[in-house]
Order: sequence, then C-alpha cells, then structure tokens
Amino acid sequence: MYEGLLMMFLAAGFIGAAAIGVGALLGPKRATPTTLAAYESGIPASGTARERFPVHFYLVAVLFIIFDIETAFFFPLAVKFGAAPQFLFAQAIIFVGILAVGYVYILRRGVLRW
Amino acid sequence: MDPLGVTFLKALALCTVLLGAFAYMTLIERRLLGRMQHRYGPNRLGPFGLLQPIADAIKSVFKEDIVVSAADRFVYVLAPMISITFALAAFGAIPGGPAGSLFGFDPWIVDLDIGLLYVLAVTSIGVYGIFLGGWASNSKYPLLGSLRSSAQIISYELGLGLSVLSVIMIAGTLNLRAIVELNVWSVSPWLWPPLAVAFGAFVISAIAEVNRTPFDLPEAEQEIVAGYLTEYSSIKWALYQMAEYVNMMTASAFISTLFLGGYKGPTVLEPWIPGISDWPIVWLVAKMALFMFLFIWLRATLPRLRYDQLMRFGWVYLFEVALAAALVTGAVIAFVL
Repeated sequence: MYEGLLMMFLAAGFIGAAAIGVGALLGPKRATPTTLAAYESGIPASGTARERFPVHFYLVAVLFIIFDIETAFFFPLAVKFGAAPQFLFAQAIIFVGILAVGYVYILRRGVLRW
Repeated sequence: MDPLGVTFLKALALCTVLLGAFAYMTLIERRLLGRMQHRYGPNRLGPFGLLQPIADAIKSVFKEDIVVSAADRFVYVLAPMISITFALAAFGAIPGGPAGSLFGFDPWIVDLDIGLLYVLAVTSIGVYGIFLGGWASNSKYPLLGSLRSSAQIISYELGLGLSVLSVIMIAGTLNLRAIVELNVWSVSPWLWPPLAVAFGAFVISAIAEVNRTPFDLPEAEQEIVAGYLTEYSSIKWALYQMAEYVNMMTASAFISTLFLGGYKGPTVLEPWIPGISDWPIVWLVAKMALFMFLFIWLRATLPRLRYDQLMRFGWVYLFEVALAAALVTGAVIAFVL
C-alpha cells in the first residue's frame, strides 16, 4: 500500500527537479552584481537579513505545537468515538478544560496582540 | 490494487494533469477577474486567450535563472522544489471514483487507511518551502514575508484539524473512500447544524492555508513587496505559483471529499443515464470547479485582512468555533442518538 506513496513522491519530485534543471539550462546567463543584489526597494542593502525578528512569531510556533498536539490526540479519540461515546466525551471535555486554562492565559497575556 | 509500474505512470499522469490544470487556472482566473472588474483580461493569444498559458510557460523557462549572491544556494534552489513536490504528492491520496472504474484501473494513486491524515500532513509540509525560501534568500522582505506566512499557515492548520473532527466522529474512519461512501441523508438531522458549522470553518481555514484573498498576507505588496517570493524569478517563481494553485486544487478536492460526497454524483440522474453517478473523475472535478470559482470570486470581492486581525481571527474565532462544532457533534452522538 505504502509503496504507491513512494511512486507518488518520485513522480512529484521528478517534475520539480526537471523544471529547475530545464530552467537553469535554457535561461541566459548575464548576471551582474546589481541583478544579484538583495532587493531593498532600490537602495543598496544595509547588512544581511540574519537579524533578530519579533518574538511573537516564536510564541505562535510554540502555541501551535501545543494546540496541534491537542488536535492530534483528538484524532484517534474521534475515530473510535462510537465505541464509548459518553465516556470519551467526558474525557474530551476534561482534556479541553485543561488546555482552555492555558488558552485563556495566553490570550490575556496578549500573545496575539501585535 | 494496481501493479507498481502502473501506479508510477498514474502518478506521473496526475502530476501532468495538475500542472496543465494550473496553467489553465491562471488563464481562467485572469479572465474571470477581468470580467468582474469590467475589463477583458488576456484575450490576444489564440481564441479567448487560450494560448496565453503556453506563452507564459515558455517565457518563465527562458528567463534568466538568478540566484541572489547573498543567498544560501542549496536551500534557495531546494525550497521551491519542496513546495511543488509536496503540493503534487498530497493529491495522490484523494479518490477520484469507485475501485476499478477508470478503464479497469483505480482512479487514485494510493488508497490509505489514514488518507485524511496523509493529506493534512503532506499539505502542511509545504510551509517548509515557504519558510526556507524566505530564509535562504538572505534579504529582509523575504524573511519577514516568510515568517508571516508560516505563522499564518500553522495558525489556520488548527482550525483545519479541529473542523474535520466532526466528520471523523461520524464516519469512524480516516479512509477517504469510506468517508465519501457515507451518505449525508443517513446521518441524523441532529448532526447537520454542527456539520454545517464545521464545513464553514473548514472552508475558511482552507482558504487561509492556500494563501488566497482575504488571507493573502504573503503577497501584501504595499507592506512587504512580494513576501517570500521577492528574490525568486523565472522557473523557481513559477514553481511557487504552481504549488499555490495545486494546493488550491487539493484543498477544493479535499473539501468536496470530506463534506460533499467527493466523487459521487447525484443519483437523481440515474433513471435517464444508468451508472452516471459512478462515473470517475467527472463529479470530483465538477465539485472542485465550484470551490475554484469561489476562490477567484473572493479574490475579486474582499479586501485583505490586517495581520493582527488575521492572527486573532484564526486563534480566537476560528479555533473556538471549530472546537465547539467538534464538541457539539460529540455531545449529540453521546447523549441524543
């Protein structure tokens, strides 16, 4: 079953690699220092882009991991939900309740206030 | 199940068809946007501009292939390949018809028991293409653009994941074909309201996932030029565009498969043309076309969200609504049925 996936990725990867290869072969090569410079609205670039950036993005990534794991735990629960609906529903409520405390906390702390 | 060689050929055929569909989607989009804005759109090359995508393809292949001198060469070239590879591969798990209906072959590449998880997982790997592309360019606009886009995409993935929970709870499986076979009329009417809410949340998250208006912050050119695409040109830029459109098609097919009966056609037509509701591909493409039109229509209609509005909408409203829909579905199954 899963060897079909390998075939799918081979075909998809082949398309991507072939496109890049053809583009590199056929295009003209007339690069100058100006065309190869980083774009900064027309003025010479000041420094590199390896700089600090707002911590919000980092916080969003951490939050995403927490709540994506929550979602990931819900998937098996949802698949087998029919087996013991009331028991599993109670469990889901407890699980959501615990995470809801953290969720309210991060909202109050203004993580999403840009 | 088909032999492995046939599977590979089918996979290649699927990729080619998706790329052809991408080429003509750009034309359809430009023509429709033109019509919606009281102008013509591209109509010079061939009848109705039908040769325009071919001209565009030739142009992007023969453009100079620039690698910015400050860039990390390897990652810079790899990033668009990641985007397009995973965008194309995600479509492989979506069933196009009943088993063996495509000239004796199965109209899908792989039929996985975890098809739903597979599509969710593989489409979300596309964010690496965006993030690595922006980082490897070593330029400020692409870096900021890619940070924004990745934060946006991962935020809306929560809504996406939570809103499919209702469907999974009702279907009791992650196999996409089994979900398609589930008929909405056999589902208790008590479950229709939470399902409708989940459907709405899913469509909105999917639009945000594929970076379309009103969530096309990566392309907010007034603020960050072209976002992660700023330093990309020629075929690499075209690969990112391909990935975006292929993701749109995957999203449309995925929404149709989960909520609208996927490859199944209306049985109303059966008395006149027997077997019409089991025709492969046709119905899936028809349903996909509806959503593709919706994406274009929204682009012509809605203004772009501000970044903080976008994040708050995803984390506060969409997340809570999707979670509530899942919990209500659970409560109905547990206590009403």
